Amino acid sequence: MNADSLPTDSLDRFRALLERSDAALVLAVMTGFYLLFLGIGAILNYNLAGLISILGQVTFFTTVYALVVLALNLHWGYAGLFNIGIAGFMAVGVYTMAMLTAPPTGSPPGLGLPVAVGIVGGMVAAALIGLVTALPALRLRADYLAIVTVAISEIIRLTYNSPAFSTFTLPGGIDLGTGGASGIGNFPSNPVRGIYYVNPGSASSDPTPLGTAVFGFFENTLGVFRSAVIVDLTYGLVLVVVVFLVYTLLARVGNSPFGRVLKAIREDEVVAKSLGKDTNRFKIKTFMLGCALMGLAGVVWQGFGTGAVYPQAFRPELTFFIFIAVIIGGAGSNTGSVLGGAVFANLLFLLPQYLPNIIEQTFAIQASPNTFVAAVAPIAAGEIAPLLGYVLNQRLPALRFIFVGVLLVYLMQNRPEGLLGHRTETAAAVDLTENHRSGGGPEQTPDTSGVADGEGGVDDE
Amino acid sequence: METWEDSLGSERVLSTYIMGVMSDRGSQVVRDNIGGIIVGLSGLLLLADLAGKLTGGGLTPARFGGFVWDGLVIGILIGLAGIGLSLTYSILGFANFAHGDYISWGAFSGWAVAYLLAGIDRYAAGGLLLIGGGGGPAPGDVGISITNTPASIVAGLIVAVGFTVGVSLLVDRLVYRPIREAGGITLLIASIGVAFVLRYLIVFFFYNGRQGVTDIGRIPTYDLAGVVITAHELTIVIVGLLLMLGVHLLLQRTKLGKAMRAMADNRDLAQVTGIPVEGVIRTTWILGGGLAGAAGYLVVLTQGTIAYNLGWLLLLLIFAAVIMGGIGSVYGAIVGGLVIGLASRLSLIWLTGDLSSFAEPVAFGLMIFVLLFRPEGIFGGVSTA
Repeated sequence: MNADSLPTDSLDRFRALLERSDAALVLAVMTGFYLLFLGIGAILNYNLAGLISILGQVTFFTTVYALVVLALNLHWGYAGLFNIGIAGFMAVGVYTMAMLTAPPTGSPPGLGLPVAVGIVGGMVAAALIGLVTALPALRLRADYLAIVTVAISEIIRLTYNSPAFSTFTLPGGIDLGTGGASGIGNFPSNPVRGIYYVNPGSASSDPTPLGTAVFGFFENTLGVFRSAVIVDLTYGLVLVVVVFLVYTLLARVGNSPFGRVLKAIREDEVVAKSLGKDTNRFKIKTFMLGCALMGLAGVVWQGFGTGAVYPQAFRPELTFFIFIAVIIGGAGSNTGSVLGGAVFANLLFLLPQYLPNIIEQTFAIQASPNTFVAAVAPIAAGEIAPLLGYVLNQRLPALRFIFVGVLLVYLMQNRPEGLLGHRTETAAAVDLTENHRSGGGPEQTPDTSGVADGEGGVDDE
Repeated sequence: METWEDSLGSERVLSTYIMGVMSDRGSQVVRDNIGGIIVGLSGLLLLADLAGKLTGGGLTPARFGGFVWDGLVIGILIGLAGIGLSLTYSILGFANFAHGDYISWGAFSGWAVAYLLAGIDRYAAGGLLLIGGGGGPAPGDVGISITNTPASIVAGLIVAVGFTVGVSLLVDRLVYRPIREAGGITLLIASIGVAFVLRYLIVFFFYNGRQGVTDIGRIPTYDLAGVVITAHELTIVIVGLLLMLGVHLLLQRTKLGKAMRAMADNRDLAQVTGIPVEGVIRTTWILGGGLAGAAGYLVVLTQGTIAYNLGWLLLLLIFAAVIMGGIGSVYGAIVGGLVIGLASRLSLIWLTGDLSSFAEPVAFGLMIFVLLFRPEGIFGGVSTA
């Protein structure tokens, strides 16, 4: 805007494109994040394999956050259900998957079923727990629902954590187990490994013909020998597809008659009821769908992404992370959810993990006192380095939480509607605004530009 | 008129009115009765089983008495912390998720001072102020107990109350006051942010794990008909009951208390009557924050250890107590705290062995049950009086 006339013109056109096309917006943001993290990798002198690994990480965390944020947006943004038990539903999904697919001979024993059965089972189980939660939840005010869902999520976590179900025997004589506090670590590995390896479960397996070809390509042309990096990157790409599918599903749901009733409930439940809609039935269905997606997110995140499941991963902090991502993106907008997930995952989750290395490399801070007193005492002698060392080497994770909290308060005070909250889809089927922009429905841009069409069509019907 | 619709009480009135119109009133009554029937039946079953266990020798009276005593101690602490949560919930209209972290700050600020006073004659101040963090003096060396170092414990309690009052006033000024008129959910989310900041500020200044504080070897124990009672538990009960009595007198005997009750009932009406709203809100924070700080400080007295998330771990139990007693009711919060405390300990009679890890889920389950069948609390929605 403050540039010369020619760039201003193209800048304006770019801005107009971003305003118009969700796909372009997401793409632009993600390109920015990829470049940022490539830059970080370059500062840290990573080799090519390291750079690919960092890109794989960015993709993984962006997509898993986007997935669960989309699910939460369905609850909160569409149906107005204030669910803060997300971690519990994710835990149900991934634990069910792990218990269904873990080998019967392992410790804890599982049922040894195929991975696909496990994924579907995890989603169904999460949806059923969602049903059990939703039945009472519908009678409650929003703040009571918040307390109930967080309590249920804690009950779920404490149940998985309890030694009582570490291993147990089903009535039919089948052994099963949650592993108690140490969780489950021996369920099938990431299905993507099956693309590249003959025997995906084994670390020293021979590659499949496709695996040989891909690994060979990376070795010969790029000089990258770490096949794990390639598997991770592939998994990230698979997750991109998953997020795209879920986004499309939710966009369809949102624009269907079902979705319009949901928005009506969110705006004014009494009106929706007065019009003869059984709002409770709509809420239950929505809650179950969202919970199933949270279960799926648990499976692809903690299950296949981390490769081990343990109860401590599902503390309420996880729920609040997702919530902050939704608030950043703006409740009610699916594109906002994806962007909120991306912003949180990259800037608030991933970036702080690289920050200490960068600062240390740039400023060479060696001191690392392990208490606050030892850090501030030398200030009297004019030495600031111990305090910096304490902050960077000892307390950066805590500072990240503090920053997240401050951000949350700031957003609530100044921008409770979030980054894209102004685009909240209205309940009306027709555009009520004059300038045809704030409706947010993708159909309202008939003159979709070539770029948006070419980029996989998030806008497409 | 906007705020009239936002205020909790009228929302409740409105929703009950609509429910009465919309749904079949008869089925509502039946559903309420189902809740009562379930409670009655399971209560009777448990009582019968308990009597059988006591007479049949499955459970000695001393062990039973031990559970009751433990439940009372934790119940008084939960009730003490619950008073503040209940007051802020009804007067400010939101569930304060940062309340647990006020409790933690009460514990850390108070014990830092108690540790310092107890050990300043022998150890460097730095390690003492950090409550033994980073290789500072160990609890056994500092030797804190109510009989060994009573002055430092009392000083710590005062600091805990004062510091937490300061924290809650500061947080209110910076965070909640600018969005006073916002909806309950906005304030709730902001309070989650506050919770994060407060909790991890503790980690920043102190430490991440759980550490011992009191000198277990120097706490006298008394045997009361087979029930072992420690001096620290006795201290908690006495201090807790005194504080509760103080709150009772404040609410019933002073004009301020009357103003607070009026505020909880209907903020706009109170304002019209000339009650200084901001002043009452400040008093609410002073009272609620101070009691939370005292509760946090006393929790460490019975647990013997301190951790940055100790208040957060208690928060759900406190919510359970407040909801059970009816939001806005101070006496409800106290009774609810006792019920939750007793329920979580007495459930251990049946939850033996590996199942003992389900004591907390039982309390949460009880809370969900109350919300389901009696969302106005077991006393039927009597506010603050």
